[in-house]
Amino acid sequence: MRIFPHHHRGPVRGRRVVAALAATSSLLALTACGAADMTRQSSPYAAARGAKTVTLSVQSWVGAQANTAVAAYLLEHELGYRVDTVQVDEVPAWDALSQGRVDAILEDWGHPEQEKRYVEGKKTITPGGDLGVTGHIGWFVPTYFAQEHPDVTDWKNLGKYADQLRTAESRGKGQLMDGSPSYVTNDKALVKNLGLDFEVVFAGSEAAQITQIRQFAKEHKPFLTYWYEPQWLFERVPMTEVKLPEYREGCDADPEKVDCAYPRTPLQKYLNTRFAEHGGKAASFLKKFHWTVADQNEVALMIAEDKLTPEQAARKWVERHEPVWKPWTR
Amino acid sequence: MTATTTSVREQGPSRPPLASDGPTGPDGSRRPDRRPPAPASPRARLRALLLRHRADRRVWPLAVVALVLVPAAFLLPGAAGWPGSLAVDLSGPLGRAGDWIIDNRDHHPLFLYFFGHVSNAVVVSVRAVYVVLLAAGWTGVTALAGLVALRLAGVRLALTCVAAFAACGLLGMWVPTMQTLALMVVAVAASVVFGALLGLAAGMSDRADRALRPVLDTMQVLPAFAYLLPMVLVFGIGVPAAVLATVVYAAPPMARLTALGLREADAGVLEAAASLGATGRQRLLTARIPLARRQLMLGVNQAVMMALSMAVIASVIGAGGLGDRVYQALASVDVGAALAAGVPIVLLAVVLDRTADAAGDRLGAAPAPPSERHPLGRVFAGWYGWLLTLLAAVAVAVAGRMAGSALWPGSWTVPIAEPVNRAVAWMTDHLYSGVPVVGGTADWAARFTGWVLDPLRSGLQATPWWLLLALVGALGLLVGTWRTALTAVLALAAIGVLGVWEPSLDTLSQVLAAVAVTLVLGFAVAVGAARSARAQRLLRPVLDVCQTMPQFVYLIPVVALFGVGRAPAAAAAVVYALPAVVRITTEGLRGVDPAALESTRSLGATGTQQLRHVQLPLARPALLLAVNQAVVLVLAVVIIGGLVGGGALGYDVVLGLAQGDLATGLVAGAAIVCLGLVLDRVTQPAKEA
Repeated sequence: MRIFPHHHRGPVRGRRVVAALAATSSLLALTACGAADMTRQSSPYAAARGAKTVTLSVQSWVGAQANTAVAAYLLEHELGYRVDTVQVDEVPAWDALSQGRVDAILEDWGHPEQEKRYVEGKKTITPGGDLGVTGHIGWFVPTYFAQEHPDVTDWKNLGKYADQLRTAESRGKGQLMDGSPSYVTNDKALVKNLGLDFEVVFAGSEAAQITQIRQFAKEHKPFLTYWYEPQWLFERVPMTEVKLPEYREGCDADPEKVDCAYPRTPLQKYLNTRFAEHGGKAASFLKKFHWTVADQNEVALMIAEDKLTPEQAARKWVERHEPVWKPWTR
Repeated sequence: MTATTTSVREQGPSRPPLASDGPTGPDGSRRPDRRPPAPASPRARLRALLLRHRADRRVWPLAVVALVLVPAAFLLPGAAGWPGSLAVDLSGPLGRAGDWIIDNRDHHPLFLYFFGHVSNAVVVSVRAVYVVLLAAGWTGVTALAGLVALRLAGVRLALTCVAAFAACGLLGMWVPTMQTLALMVVAVAASVVFGALLGLAAGMSDRADRALRPVLDTMQVLPAFAYLLPMVLVFGIGVPAAVLATVVYAAPPMARLTALGLREADAGVLEAAASLGATGRQRLLTARIPLARRQLMLGVNQAVMMALSMAVIASVIGAGGLGDRVYQALASVDVGAALAAGVPIVLLAVVLDRTADAAGDRLGAAPAPPSERHPLGRVFAGWYGWLLTLLAAVAVAVAGRMAGSALWPGSWTVPIAEPVNRAVAWMTDHLYSGVPVVGGTADWAARFTGWVLDPLRSGLQATPWWLLLALVGALGLLVGTWRTALTAVLALAAIGVLGVWEPSLDTLSQVLAAVAVTLVLGFAVAVGAARSARAQRLLRPVLDVCQTMPQFVYLIPVVALFGVGRAPAAAAAVVYALPAVVRITTEGLRGVDPAALESTRSLGATGTQQLRHVQLPLARPALLLAVNQAVVLVLAVVIIGGLVGGGALGYDVVLGLAQGDLATGLVAGAAIVCLGLVLDRVTQPAKEA
């Protein structure tokens, strides 16, 4: 913004100074000697003796926090590693994983483009096996509303309820609330291709979406939202899924033409290739890490609802479930 | 955004940037008796002031627009929206650029021999500072901060400083605070050096000044989110990208203030130096730079403030520290935990600002005679005082280490998250709906959306594009010159060319509404504050907190109160922009010539009459600056609005970062810059010819 008026005075002597500046800066750039490896950069906050440091990426939803918390706890207390966690969105996390900024992603919901580029193409990322949890995205209405109007759970009848689902933001149609822009969603295409009189309203972040859902639930109001399982919020606000046209292989291949439900995705782990090969016990532990929806939800609820820190929640789970995690550490 | 408002300080009459913003002296040619009846709202009154001022010469462009183009718009319907044939699609080239970086960054020499070293240098420096801070332990860091504050600013500030650091420890945030501090130290040092070099160039040469101005404008208005993505692509996530993004954001104010300081050097002193035969370099080093001390100090202060405001945004790309704590708390919808991490940021900002402020005030002031000083101040005077300061801090640090407490003791923490969450829940439960008489916040939000935001948006989107261009041009002419008008028109046209006409108008409607609310509230508060010094003192900490509290902290409460959508986005923007408006307006109203007030009082004018007929007209430049600042600051938090359902450009920028989509993010960011240009040019305090 221009906040200073023009001054039409001042000497022309500045030119020499500018030239000198330009010269010194270009010299500085040239004198950097030797090559710097961009794929081996550590965090400045890592331990001084950072030989045994593992960096895990953690995504913005609580389930992902739960995986990371338990993995970090066991790596630290059972295997003697130091663990750094970095919270980043999914696509930048893939990028970071390929560069070795993080060593592992523990819960991926399917990013075909990134898989093609980094796993098959550059081979900088290696699949780390199933997490053990199956993820599913869908449209949900609150259970109290579904009980009053049982037919709302079929997408064909959604139009009848568009009026009740209207908000100030939905431009006179019914509101379908989506959340964070980083999540996988076909909702805009779905609404169009299924011919529904609905407007997709993006809350912009999961925190905003959860806050809004809870407000609606407190008021006992109807709502229709993009949501996913496993998710701890179901424990607090029971929701019922709306049936969309059945998922068929390849029906969501063209993002513009999607007209079917979301698939059920066995969530995947991914490791940085160099870490997978030379990561020793930590890498083999992360490859073996495998647990159920119930396990993950137990930890997630402690974090989100009881407001325990991820570490405290992980400790509680680890104390209760030794038979589950013992095999991972061998 | 601009160099004047991110500071958490009172806008003192001696603030150089304000003084340069246009004429501050009363304009003697306007006589109160020619006033038209004042319109009801402050905004309208302001417009009236604005119009009246230039009415004689400048109304004809508006008249042309009104008489010729508006009827034409009604006769030729369906011309709304930017014609597709005039738009350029940048997604191809930008996408290819992103791919090129990803494919080449591991082996291309540019990365191996340049970016890689930059990145390593940042990591090494941050690490060095962090290790020193941890080694000093909490006792050492607190002691050093307290002693430096004592040396620069006196006993009261020293105590505040110690209390602030203690609070960081009490909140259980010692280690994240040190991480943020380490990052800040490096980022601010880099910003100051870089900014000072740019400012030196701009201050010494007019050509460099002209060339740099648009660059600095862009650096400051481009939303940080938009350039986080390119930074991440080049440097990967983590500290290097965060530090460099911070430098891009924090260096411009330093550059501007340096240039300003060099240009405003007293001609008499320079003349004297020249007559003594000083060479250009000697004059620069011995006269111009020392004379620009205050501005340089202010520039450093601004750089610190801007850098701190980036601390949280940078956490989105893995910068760690306090910002990361705020961001992770947001994921589990935990306001209390976010606040616990946000408070240290506020405290750091306030302490650093006050210290720099006090140090700046002492610069140039003659030192008090030793007899009048505080005994402590006497001990620490002079250059050996600095040595003493350092030695004392080291001694305390060693003592702390001997006592075996490098990190803040875990048992000394106060968990505030739980009570805060309860308080927020109680507040939202009781205010969201069913408040008797006035309805709940949910109803207000719905009404604000339905009655203000929707009509504004539909109105703007239904207006033909050429009419909007003409309107902006006319407004630009009205408040400025042909040049400002042309800039504004071109910037608006660029939005269309970028192919984001519709979302930009959506964002524009939200910005206008939020600015209107900000001004109404801000002027009301300022009128009250200008009347009493006590009110001002009470307001100051509140304004400080509003200005420095990371917006991520209050995202959840605003959504809980107003529901997802454009209303909470507007609310968040108002919270952020209000302090600057209040400060500038209060300062303007208080700066009114006491003689004028006294003479009206002797004529029997009431307080209201005084305000309307004397204070507001005389404070016109300050009011215009307040409008301008409100626009700029509201625009700065459009992105934050995108996180709570504001949609439009803010959401697009967030989406670009989240999906690694360079095209969407950068184009939306560029559109925000263009909107900023348009709004800045049509609200700029008019430059007197």
